[in-house]
Amino acid sequence: MSETPQELRYTDTHEWARLDPDGTVCVGISDFAQDALGDVVFIELPETGTEVAAGAEVAVIESVKAASDIYSPISGEVVRVNSDLVEEPDLVNSEPYEGGWIFVVQPLNDDQMADLLTAEQYQEFCESEDHDH
Amino acid sequence: MPTIPTIFDTSEPGRIAGVQTPKAGDLTGLPAEALRVSKPVLPEVSELQTVRHFTKLSQQNFSIDGNFYPLGSCTMKYNPRGAHRAASQPGFLSRHPLTPAFASQGLLKCFWDLQETLKTVTGMEEVSLVPMAGAQGELAGGLMIRAYHEDCGDFDRDEILVPTAAHGTNPATATMCGFKTREIKVAADGDVDIEDLKRLVGPKTAGIMLTNPSTCAVFERRILDIADIVHDAGGLLYYDGANLNAILGKVCPGDMGFDVLHLNLHKTFATPHGGGGPGAGPVAVNSLLQPYLPIPMVGKLNDEYIWLDENYFPLTIGKLSAFMGNAGILIRALAYALMLGREGMVRVAEFATLNANYLAAELSKAGFQLAYPTRRATHEFLITLNREARDLDVRALDFAKRLLDFDMHAPTTYFPLLVPECFLIEPTETETKAVLDEFVCAMSKIREEAQEDSDIVKQAPHNQVVRRLDEVRAARVLDLTWSAD
Amino acid sequence: MLQSIGVANIDELFDEIPDSVPVANFRSIEHSLTEMEMMQRLSERAREDELSLCFLGAGSYDHHIPAAVWDLATRGEFLTAYTPYQAEASQGTLQLLYEFQTMMASLASLDVANASLYDGGSGLGEAILMAVRSNRSAHSRKIVIGGAVNPFYVKTANTLVRNQGIELVQVPHDNGLFDPLQCDVDDPSAVVVQQPNFYGLLENVDAISNWAAERKALLIAVVNPLTLAVLKPPGEWGASGADISCGDGQPLGVPMASGGPSFGFLCSKMKHVRQMPGRIVGRTLDANGDVGYTLTLQAREQHIRRAKATSNICTNQGLLVTAATIYMSIMGVAGLRHTASRCHENTNYLVAQLEATGRAQRAFSSPYFHECVIRCAGNVDALTKTMISDHGILAGYPLGDIDPTLEDCLLLCATERRTREEIDLFVELFSRILKES
Repeated sequence: MSETPQELRYTDTHEWARLDPDGTVCVGISDFAQDALGDVVFIELPETGTEVAAGAEVAVIESVKAASDIYSPISGEVVRVNSDLVEEPDLVNSEPYEGGWIFVVQPLNDDQMADLLTAEQYQEFCESEDHDH
Repeated sequence: MPTIPTIFDTSEPGRIAGVQTPKAGDLTGLPAEALRVSKPVLPEVSELQTVRHFTKLSQQNFSIDGNFYPLGSCTMKYNPRGAHRAASQPGFLSRHPLTPAFASQGLLKCFWDLQETLKTVTGMEEVSLVPMAGAQGELAGGLMIRAYHEDCGDFDRDEILVPTAAHGTNPATATMCGFKTREIKVAADGDVDIEDLKRLVGPKTAGIMLTNPSTCAVFERRILDIADIVHDAGGLLYYDGANLNAILGKVCPGDMGFDVLHLNLHKTFATPHGGGGPGAGPVAVNSLLQPYLPIPMVGKLNDEYIWLDENYFPLTIGKLSAFMGNAGILIRALAYALMLGREGMVRVAEFATLNANYLAAELSKAGFQLAYPTRRATHEFLITLNREARDLDVRALDFAKRLLDFDMHAPTTYFPLLVPECFLIEPTETETKAVLDEFVCAMSKIREEAQEDSDIVKQAPHNQVVRRLDEVRAARVLDLTWSAD
Repeated sequence: MLQSIGVANIDELFDEIPDSVPVANFRSIEHSLTEMEMMQRLSERAREDELSLCFLGAGSYDHHIPAAVWDLATRGEFLTAYTPYQAEASQGTLQLLYEFQTMMASLASLDVANASLYDGGSGLGEAILMAVRSNRSAHSRKIVIGGAVNPFYVKTANTLVRNQGIELVQVPHDNGLFDPLQCDVDDPSAVVVQQPNFYGLLENVDAISNWAAERKALLIAVVNPLTLAVLKPPGEWGASGADISCGDGQPLGVPMASGGPSFGFLCSKMKHVRQMPGRIVGRTLDANGDVGYTLTLQAREQHIRRAKATSNICTNQGLLVTAATIYMSIMGVAGLRHTASRCHENTNYLVAQLEATGRAQRAFSSPYFHECVIRCAGNVDALTKTMISDHGILAGYPLGDIDPTLEDCLLLCATERRTREEIDLFVELFSRILKES
């Protein structure tokens, strides 16, 4: 069973989002998603300064047999990217919620986190997806 | 078998094949800044070393000549050597591509004959032989569809519909044509979900791309209904000819409502795959799209064959290659068509279908699960190894790798994606019953092995030049060129 | 077999095809021929097209091909293998491709090469698409085509790129050369230059490379791979080198064969590799820790990335790459250098002899490599026609069709295969025909 930390918010495209004390939002992909992808071999990171809208494609993550887009959970500006992933893309597999974070967004406005899924809602969503397949 | 050192590892500085080295020419007139100073990494070996190296490398390949190769949707049938020899004659090989038509009547006659043959085979109005592979044929088709709508003043049609099971080239092609792709669901029986099609089709629809038999290896039974639905909405029908081998001589795409299609001559017309290419992907169209065909084509004026270029086809989508596509592959296809003739062409579909249905029946009797058990196999069929994956912890990938140890190439695996743990199996018409029976034995044997000790299968192959390769490492630690270190 | 399936006859196997689809009618297709009859027919046609001497280049060249090249390339194990998706059953093809990538990247002095595209023309189209994806700092989607780039390539590339909102801006040549100062495009995504250019001339590639770099445009170098044994490779042009190099591999052991099949090649700096189209082979280890080869970076390709793939290309030109790899191995650096320099000297001799007749002179004065534009005192169309009809000689490419200012000009080439005697004969005929016309 994959981990779904309670304190994070999620999307139906399998990103997680964490509101940090400085008001920025850190984004990665869920344990469920990294497991489905398999060994990650490359992540195409966005450039800092990029303006993103909620639901827009921001990054691309590749495993040997799959590639998927990573969408920004919220609108704002990309202020940091995880450059460790250039050398160690497998951090996304080994620690999806810590060292495997992908980018940080300065939100355009507050309250956007409330639109995202809670851990429970996301877990339910993953179970229903699992049944479809 | 040991791995073979690269040819660079066997190089020795200064060694050359003297007999292949012409007398050096004088470069003194050229400006120094235009000249090369660095020395490129090329082998420094004798001719014998080269011959031996590449002979040894060749022996590490599976091939149709050496192995049963039941790759679904790839049509790995025998490639007649006669066709290859015919295209390798000096008059064809030494012809410069810019030789004027009046001095190229032999070649143009060949192209004309092939155009005419393919018109009959497809039931279409006109053919262009230009595209160099199936994917380029698709691109030509997509561009023609776009040009047609734009000429009708219809600029809003920017969507191409494809079934979820479609080959990846279909959506990739749509993007290259400037279209968006919308995927249509496939119903439980393998046919297109007509209700989903009706939901998706509309004023934005430029066209639909279909393979028939479909990528689920069944004949799309409601093809005429699909044609009506798409045509009524103002869209066009594109036929991906990847599976034409299944219906050659039985029915024509032109009679199924298609407006434009490509053929894969390296599949249906048995030209060699060459370890990845070359192929040829001629396109055929009905009268609506005829003005947009890619150039050049061959025409006949009085008794002379001529090139038809933009002067004859001002609305053409243009050129797809510098010269005339993969001309040599076209000659091979013509040679194959001549040897098959009228009666042979019908036999292709009949024997390919017979072989596939027999193999499906025997595998089913041996306890393997057909993906669409209520349907006829076409020239190929799908099995799912879901049960084996669940009960024995041995996946389709493992079966595929173990088959190599039985000296048989694996079928296509994990395509289409919607059938879990699948094998797409295409035995082709050129295999004997004995070979098909051997394949059933091998599959049964592998399952027995898995029941006794699944590691034998999960760690296969055991008898090949290499064991299973670390693809993750290959992608993470990119080693794409040799260097001395 | 029918019994096992449970049908009475083969027709029953087609019972899912609706009756409303008419049965195919193949009556217009002739009856089958034996291999002998087929060969007789096609041999007659091949013989009909045979000519004796070729002085035509323009993108396809009459080079010598060592006998071993095609003897090896057409071994059944190379000829009738599929794409090496099952790596363990395809180590021969995969290792060969790895060696090919090494040779091509090194010839271009760039980091990586793919396993081939269709041809030089479509290869330029793919190179342009790659550059636009890779150059995220430019937004114009305009591509500068500098001077004399092969017009067949440009036309082909235009077919491939124009539906993606990309515009090719042709800068006319100035005395046969690309002069960037005559270009008024701000913010181009990429600049395309050919070396030697279509007219055989040597461009000032260092200056052009620097000019492109100053504008943050990627530089695409269209090159003839044979000449790279002698000419400065794209990776070493200017201060930073070209970003992408492409061209047609025909000069490397591939017969002219009416222009196809040959192969397109594509090399680039490592930083662009994720935008590269087509297959790429990587070296890795197997479960025992032994060296092996496999296709890699497949997430770029259509079978995984579908609508967002770098290209729709699937089948490529593998067999031709096999021949080219064997060719480069046999020839080595010395073989390629000598062949290329011999072509240059032969063309030099041809040009000098033609000029000595007083009926021809060079159209452009700057240095050329192994092709040259010759202005003729007479009708070039009549000349080339007579040369073919009466003597079986291809006397160059008349340039009037592609450039009206060169109406009386021929593009000529004498490869290493042309002997002094053949060149002398050609010059004599050239002079005589022009005199009589």
